[in-house]
Amino acid sequence: MLFRPKTKVCLVLLQVMDIIEQIREEFPALHQQVWGKPLIYLDNAATAQRHRKVLELQELMSSRINANIHRALHKLSADATDLYEAGREAVRNFIGAESREEIIFTSGATSALNLIAFSLVRSHLTAGDKVLVCEAEHHSNIVPWQLACEVSGVSLEVLSVEESGEISLERLRELLEKDDRIRILSVNHISNVLGIINPIAEIVRIAHSRGVLVVIDGAQGVVHDKVSVKDLDCDFYVFSGHKIYAPSGIGALYGRRSLLENMPPYMGGGDMVDRVSFGRTTYAPLPLKFEAGTPNFVAAACLKPALEFATAIREDIQVQEHEKSIVSTMVQGLQQIEGLRICGLPQELSLKVPIFSLDIKGVHPADAAQMLDKMGIAVRSGFMCAEPLVSRYSESGLLRVSFAPYNTLSECEIFINKLKLVTDMLK
Amino acid sequence: MIESQVNIRSIGEMEEEIVSEFTVFDEWLDKYEYLIELGKELESIDESDKTDDNLIRGCQSRVWLVCRSSGGRLWFGADSDAVITKGIISLLLKVYNGQKYDDIIASDFSFIERIGLKENLSPTRANGLLSMIKQIKAYALAYKEKETQQ
Repeated sequence: MLFRPKTKVCLVLLQVMDIIEQIREEFPALHQQVWGKPLIYLDNAATAQRHRKVLELQELMSSRINANIHRALHKLSADATDLYEAGREAVRNFIGAESREEIIFTSGATSALNLIAFSLVRSHLTAGDKVLVCEAEHHSNIVPWQLACEVSGVSLEVLSVEESGEISLERLRELLEKDDRIRILSVNHISNVLGIINPIAEIVRIAHSRGVLVVIDGAQGVVHDKVSVKDLDCDFYVFSGHKIYAPSGIGALYGRRSLLENMPPYMGGGDMVDRVSFGRTTYAPLPLKFEAGTPNFVAAACLKPALEFATAIREDIQVQEHEKSIVSTMVQGLQQIEGLRICGLPQELSLKVPIFSLDIKGVHPADAAQMLDKMGIAVRSGFMCAEPLVSRYSESGLLRVSFAPYNTLSECEIFINKLKLVTDMLK
Repeated sequence: MIESQVNIRSIGEMEEEIVSEFTVFDEWLDKYEYLIELGKELESIDESDKTDDNLIRGCQSRVWLVCRSSGGRLWFGADSDAVITKGIISLLLKVYNGQKYDDIIASDFSFIERIGLKENLSPTRANGLLSMIKQIKAYALAYKEKETQQ
């Protein structure tokens, strides 16, 4: 029996469908076939497709405005610099930071977390101090801390999540009360496996009440939730461009100004200096102090159109409704598949974003992903760079399906029906 | 469990047989259905052989390979936690079990490509199959060298 969602086709739904179709038109990559089937791209939590305006700017800059930023006096360099700085302003505006000095460009969330781990541990921690991370972190929010800990005598502690995937604020409070050597908490806004919006505002409040600094990995968070670092009052917030319709190779780090000013540079090189001599080197002011070498200025500039699109859709009530229907259609449809477990299902469904990691009894995720691929459906299988968390659910990994606003309800239904077919064959 | 019956047909003949078997499938789905069936039918190796030493680590699926030699020929036993991988393993075992060292060393494993499963051997698939093939060859080379020295 084919799965059909219990949604009434009414005028509102038709309007939503219309908007989603319009959005799809802005993403050229969606309009292609793979293995002779129309592409259904459901691996957005890994990399989202690029918006047409992003592609246009990328092309324009590569072909016409390719000159190194900041340094030269000629026109092309000035234009490239303006576009690069416009990208920074777009980031500042998007995450609600107060000043441009607090926005550092990095190559992605991973390099942003490495920068924070190395510099912050060096400037703010002493041997014997501790860093706390959550069990549901991506490797990018675990390994940099392990590396930084190794050289500084600092140790890493872990906050485990509930069976539902949620963070227990009570447990966090207890941990922090019990151990006053914990000085930094680094936690995800939304886990790339669980797809649950964590109560980061409360987490920041609890941590700050104990004098603990808070770093937030927002790689998935910026895509599915509104962010204002000012309201959140977090100390650091990082994200990647390629998950939010921009090119790969660019990301951003927000840091509280007073902290960034006291942190040592992470990398040395061009553009991050004030004066250089063999006796003594002084550093450039923020944000350049942390931007050594020629950055990916094309990708940085492309953040502007990408974030403008992201802002427009996150403020659109119909797109929000659409995301909710995807979540409820998925939950309803997946529950009809025998032996299937959704890893990360909060009590409150409004906290779930359309990222679903599935454990299917008797079905290896790699087999399912391979067959779905042949049907034109791109999904992910394995450990999703979050081995500590995923091994808790399955020793052979999980199957992850992640949606973007350009995915339609009809794609969602096709996915569920094909997954049924595949699991029946594989079991 | 490793069979020790001498394979009288050559690698080339076994490959041709498999290639002609696969020509009946017009649809990829039928082909995969057949692979899944082969995978399910493939006898598992002993749990005690599923050791880290015998494990070929792919980041997506795991493959275990054991090998035994007798009379200048090799016999393999293999297993995987993923059933499609296991189906392809079953084909590889059909071709290579009971073959002579030199024949294995000279073989190019191209029949996998001829039956349209090339992407399964891509290093980016990380399913352990490519490493398994390399390991089959490595066993043949190692046994050959050992026996030449004796």
